[in-house]
Amino acid sequence: MSPSGGESTAKGLEPLLATKEIVVFCGSGGVGKTSVAAAAALTAATRLGGKVLVLTIDPARRLASALGLEGFGNLEKQVPPEALKEAGLEPRGELWAAMLDTKRSWDDLVLRHAPDEETAYRILENRLYTNITGRFVQSHDYIAMERLFDLHATGSYDLIVIDTPPTRNALDFLDAPKRMAEFFGGRLLRWLTMPYRVGGKRGARVLNVASRPFYQLADRILGSEFLQDIGEFFVNFQSMYDGFAERARAVEALLHDRRTTFGVVTTLEGSPLREAEFFCEQLIDRKYHLGALVLNKTLPDYLLSADGARAADVLVAEAGPVAEALAAELPDAAELSDTARTARVLRTVGDSFRNFAVVAKREAELKGELARQPEVVANVPNFEIDIYDIAGLARIGEHLFA
Amino acid sequence: MAEPDLLGRRLLFFTGKGGVGKSTVTAATALLAAERGKRVLVVEVDAKGNLTEQFEQGAVGFQPREVYPGVFAMVMRTEDSLKEYLKLNLRVPVLGRLGPLARVLDFVATAAPGVKEILTVGKVCWEVRESIEGRADWDLVVVDAAASGHIIGQLDAPRAIQELVAVGTVRTQTDWMVELLSDPALTALNIVATPEEMPVNETIELVERARAELRVPLGAVFVNRVLPELFTRPDEETFEALRRPESGAVLTERAGPGATTVLEAARLAVSLRRTRATHLTRLRETVDLPMVYLPYLFVRDAGLRVTRMVAEAMAQELGL
Repeated sequence: MSPSGGESTAKGLEPLLATKEIVVFCGSGGVGKTSVAAAAALTAATRLGGKVLVLTIDPARRLASALGLEGFGNLEKQVPPEALKEAGLEPRGELWAAMLDTKRSWDDLVLRHAPDEETAYRILENRLYTNITGRFVQSHDYIAMERLFDLHATGSYDLIVIDTPPTRNALDFLDAPKRMAEFFGGRLLRWLTMPYRVGGKRGARVLNVASRPFYQLADRILGSEFLQDIGEFFVNFQSMYDGFAERARAVEALLHDRRTTFGVVTTLEGSPLREAEFFCEQLIDRKYHLGALVLNKTLPDYLLSADGARAADVLVAEAGPVAEALAAELPDAAELSDTARTARVLRTVGDSFRNFAVVAKREAELKGELARQPEVVANVPNFEIDIYDIAGLARIGEHLFA
Repeated sequence: MAEPDLLGRRLLFFTGKGGVGKSTVTAATALLAAERGKRVLVVEVDAKGNLTEQFEQGAVGFQPREVYPGVFAMVMRTEDSLKEYLKLNLRVPVLGRLGPLARVLDFVATAAPGVKEILTVGKVCWEVRESIEGRADWDLVVVDAAASGHIIGQLDAPRAIQELVAVGTVRTQTDWMVELLSDPALTALNIVATPEEMPVNETIELVERARAELRVPLGAVFVNRVLPELFTRPDEETFEALRRPESGAVLTERAGPGATTVLEAARLAVSLRRTRATHLTRLRETVDLPMVYLPYLFVRDAGLRVTRMVAEAMAQELGL
């Protein structure tokens, strides 16, 4: 049933959310991916039904608590149906939410892929390991995709909506599985860890390091102790290669699967929009399914109205006479009796319209210049208030489904 | 509140959440310093390539190029930085062998914390030290640094390396970097934010973390895109009176059918400002750093003109 009462034409993101199993929202920082992803999941759960999960990376605290995601942890939680009802929604399905705990996900991964428990714990205790999982640039990206794969494989959800981690390059997460496989399978890794591997199966002692120019150089720069740490770490980590490579291939296949679609989120500002366009192009070129473009936080169309522009001009140019007319025609309005003040307010009002109209025009121009865009383009207005509750997400959802 | 002695230092880092205008503020700072007669090196670390766009110039590389009178821009490339480092410090002839070395570096950097970061921060620190000692002539080095999620790791790299590496050339070289980075007379880490929920949250968290984990002194918070306050309290009462239907009728008669649209737009502007003001208040009440307010610019496009406007606003705020 559609909200407008029995119309069968699905609009906006609705057909995508109704037919796909995974929707990945991406875009540059600050464009509102997290809210859009949460709103899409909420609206799918309420209007389309089924069991919908939103996997979110770094939600604003108030949004997280609106979804019932307090504290840390990897567990999925159902957003209480009462919370949806309180927001005036009549959910047909269930909304579930989960956050990404990078460290714990990595630990799980190591425990799963390590050949034996001893190796697993040697890795978990290596002092480089915590640094890798904490700071490794692609660590977030990879683990997000890995987690997505896991959740999808459980088969518990009809739809999973995920927002991608804030990275320097919004494309990084696409390459993460492949890069991860290359990383652990590379000849370079074998070469680099050679001195550590020839020392027996524990591979712990440094042998003839001085015999190779690279090690000699590295030793001078970094010191052998540090090199040994690195070597040990890699040797242990490499034992997980097969599991990793297989998994990375599966994750990549899932992202290319026809059940998966991508939504690019952007604001109508120069640099996020350029990145969004680049991203759309890349998705198409790499044969991912580009489902929708979401233009977020856009200014209202009325700012482009010619009548509005004319009225603003009159209010600025003739503020004095208009203020006089108001005072004369509405003698009971005490707030309008000070004509100097009224004139000042009228000028401010007119100026403000002109200012915002400039920005609205810029947005319209940028929108017009969009070259390659998907079939579905959704417009979400710049809400005057922050969106941090279910009702607010539902408002975004209305625009996504419009 | 004391004005931050921004341009009096030698090394300024700018960080902030994505999308808040970090590059614009960095560029405006460089421009402002240059117009005050300084020779400025501006370094783009995040390699998004949009820093030189703020000066309406094409891309630059690792070698600094003048993009505005007195402003020289460079993009950080860790491989080039390593090459330069090896040439200068170890006298290793690496030019022909950098291919595999770069791959090895990429590799080691993936696993070892701080390797890439140290090459980034190290290069920046080196330029400052060379200038102080008279071998280079930058009066100021301005860095468009990593976003707030990565900045701690970036600036803490010398210390992280000190912890991990017990001996070796790198170890001895990090000492002076740590010293330079923690000198409040020379260095400041500045945070760019907008008066919105997430940028304010990240700023508050970053200030806490930086104080706990970094020795790099904090400079100022640049609050970007502050919407103007349209009305005083009495003016607002008048505005509300104008929005009444009977006033609307008079205004429509005088200014045409768009009059109520114009009033609606002003109402939108007022409530946008009000929502943002709550975040601004929260920021001000939580963070005890100097705040530099930069207005929302109602302009058609980005570029040098915007950079100039931001620099002018900054000059006014800083009393320059």
